[in-house]
Amino acid sequence: MDMLKKFSHSSLALPLICLGALLLFNAIFVPGFFDIQVMDNGNLYGRPIDILRRCSSLIILALGMTFVIATAGVDISVGAVVAISSATICSLLGGDISGEAHYPFALAIICAMGVGVLAGIWNGFLVSKIKIQAMVATLILLQAGRGIAQLMTDGQIITVYYRPFEWIGGNIPGCPVPTSMLMAFAMIILVVFLDRKTSIGTMIQAVGINQNASRYAGINVTLVLFAVYVFSGFCAGTAGLIESSLIRAADANNAGLNMEMDAICSVVLGGTLMIGGRYYIGGTIIGAITIQTLTTTMYAVGVPSECLPAVKAVVILAIIVLQSQKFKNIFESYRMRKLDHAKEAANA
Amino acid sequence: MASDNDLILRMEHIDMFFPGVKALKDVSFNLRRGEIHSLMGENGAGKSTLVKVLTGVYQKTAGDVIYCGDHIEPKSPLESQKIGISTVYQEVNLCANLSVAENIYIGREPRTKFGAIDWRTMEQRSAKLLHESLGIDIDVTKLLSFYPVAMQQMIAIARAIDTRCKILILDEPTSSLSERETEKLFEIMRNLRSTGISIIFISHFLEQIYTICDRITILRDGSYVGEYEVKKLPRIELISKMMGKEINEGEIESNVDKSKPSDKCFVETDKVTVPGKVKDLSFNIKQGEVIGLAGLLGSGRTEIADMLFGLTPKTSGTIKVDGMEVSFKCPMDAMKKRIAFCPEDRKISGIFADLTVRENIIMALVAKGGMFRHMPRSKQNELADYYIKLLRIKVSDREQRVGQLSGGNQQKVIIARWLATQPSLLILDEPTRGIDVGTKSEIEALSVSLAKEKGMSVVFISGEMGEMVRTCSRIIVIRDHVKLTELAEDEISETHIMQAIAGDYHGHA
Repeated sequence: MDMLKKFSHSSLALPLICLGALLLFNAIFVPGFFDIQVMDNGNLYGRPIDILRRCSSLIILALGMTFVIATAGVDISVGAVVAISSATICSLLGGDISGEAHYPFALAIICAMGVGVLAGIWNGFLVSKIKIQAMVATLILLQAGRGIAQLMTDGQIITVYYRPFEWIGGNIPGCPVPTSMLMAFAMIILVVFLDRKTSIGTMIQAVGINQNASRYAGINVTLVLFAVYVFSGFCAGTAGLIESSLIRAADANNAGLNMEMDAICSVVLGGTLMIGGRYYIGGTIIGAITIQTLTTTMYAVGVPSECLPAVKAVVILAIIVLQSQKFKNIFESYRMRKLDHAKEAANA
Repeated sequence: MASDNDLILRMEHIDMFFPGVKALKDVSFNLRRGEIHSLMGENGAGKSTLVKVLTGVYQKTAGDVIYCGDHIEPKSPLESQKIGISTVYQEVNLCANLSVAENIYIGREPRTKFGAIDWRTMEQRSAKLLHESLGIDIDVTKLLSFYPVAMQQMIAIARAIDTRCKILILDEPTSSLSERETEKLFEIMRNLRSTGISIIFISHFLEQIYTICDRITILRDGSYVGEYEVKKLPRIELISKMMGKEINEGEIESNVDKSKPSDKCFVETDKVTVPGKVKDLSFNIKQGEVIGLAGLLGSGRTEIADMLFGLTPKTSGTIKVDGMEVSFKCPMDAMKKRIAFCPEDRKISGIFADLTVRENIIMALVAKGGMFRHMPRSKQNELADYYIKLLRIKVSDREQRVGQLSGGNQQKVIIARWLATQPSLLILDEPTRGIDVGTKSEIEALSVSLAKEKGMSVVFISGEMGEMVRTCSRIIVIRDHVKLTELAEDEISETHIMQAIAGDYHGHA
């Protein structure tokens, strides 16, 4: 009972309940949803694995976005940065049919992630130094990003035949767990480390709640803001590796398309408010998984892909309304009334 | 006494209630044709509320406003502007990205026969208006942002005049102007007065009031104190009326328990200037001393504190901390020198309402440690518990949100935040504003005991003189951003402070 009470008051309760409900729906209406098989080559296979693999890049983006939103900002350029990062790695590896890479694989990976960091530095500079509103500042790269990616790929879709490139989105030979899941897991460890074992988390929340008071408390507000955008760029660069590897190509127009919105949505579903302040890493992760589960569920029950965004929107709307303060108040007052009735009954 | 005909505006028995607050109680205000009338009062006296009732921002609860012989009840600033009451605010309320001419004629642009805006006429008229009424010749097709703030203010005034205003309200117009620009503004004000326009002038600068105004109406705590001819009201009386304290010659309050400073100076400043904020300031702060900064609102008290904490960098002069010359660029520079600052506005610059008491208390120490230094949770809890106990902060537990605490307890949390950094100098800017009497005396006692027992230097800033008299062992008196004098321990009394602000008492320090 105590456990239950503690759970219902924890910030993760609602996001978990929503995800649970979605999974329950699948358990009932989609036969074999939870089946996991071991393939001949030792890799795991099945819908749950598919969901986790597909949402890895979303989790990574959403983690970066969580810090940004906690400072009362937003980074809407991450989808475009994913495209730039994809273009970088693919053009460095090259599209040789022979399967030869132009540059060493490790160098290409580092460059793609580095390009993400550069994009973050640009955004961070605009927001923290020039003091442009976050939405406007990151809008610039949202607009320009795909153009930059097009320039890098000469407007072509570069298909990479270099085999090891597949490993990022798939499995490293001999490892049953998809690489992208491992990457997401590593990113989660990093973020939890930053949150628990440094003071960055405290400073981010302070800046998000009251920038002025942060300044008076001696916090370097400019540096904190700069850092969260750089980190978000780093996350986008990493996600770009996964996204391009999944299709083994750099598609400047479609890589990471609308992912910024999914990332923001994950953060919000996780309980972090757009006005900044308190953030919930666990909530964000659950939010990202929820969004991917939703997509997979829709496909599984046969919603045509054209209608997918509309159906997705309806479900997300329902979840967000369920989490809103207004709804919480109604729920709370209902619970109070029930408690009163119980008391009265006991007195009588 | 002026006859009724001379009065362009009579505001009688004005009451203004906000939910739970009486902002104005039975306030009267009379404005004559062609006079410059100052509205004076300390913070919360009701000056701006009264102006807002007149301009239609607020609707009065009771009372009469008689303007040019008619009862009026403006519902919006636009309505009051239409009948000839215009306001020029401290922060220029024009559009920076429109041209000067557009700004002057916005909303009432001259039209051609076809209904399009007649740019030529608009520009010609603007130039003529600026030239004739204010003697300014500028290019009216340039963007407003091209011109300095002083010029923008003139343009705002020109706009007000051209809407045929009879009453011009200038709310703190000089706070961002240089002396020369202020002189120019005054000349314009005198010219306007001679054309029969009445001006309501609000300023924190005492000397400016005496230079330019004809009469003064004083408000205090939302009540009407009186209306006076400037010439017949000595400065000291003005101050005593604004503060609501009687002048009582020779009274020195017994102060047994004050701090006994050492001879060693912790801070020494020599001719320090921060443009528009602090002028040629030389003073020192001794170790183990509670030193007060006294002056009216806007005199430069807070600005000195900002300077000591590295919020506004100095442009000339020297500051020495602990014998070493310093030049602070940001608060962290000051914090490294063990300086701590509890700012004036708790809600805006102090608390993190959504964070817990623990997080609020450790914040400055965390900032000092840098991003990658981690403070273990056990240490955080220990610190929070220690200060909650030491300062008797009333909380349910250390994980309570600070936003849920009372003002007094919030203030204690912020003091705890700074004590946790173990400062050598603690600056308290209005630490007792808006908090209950009990907590107030606790904070006063704390200031003294920190100095006495820990040898900490404390700068105590307050608009309430009684509090300063009780806690400070030396008081520096400031007016119009300049230090006037210092009062030593045996000279400190409310009367002496008021006399010193008025420039009638120079002390022997």
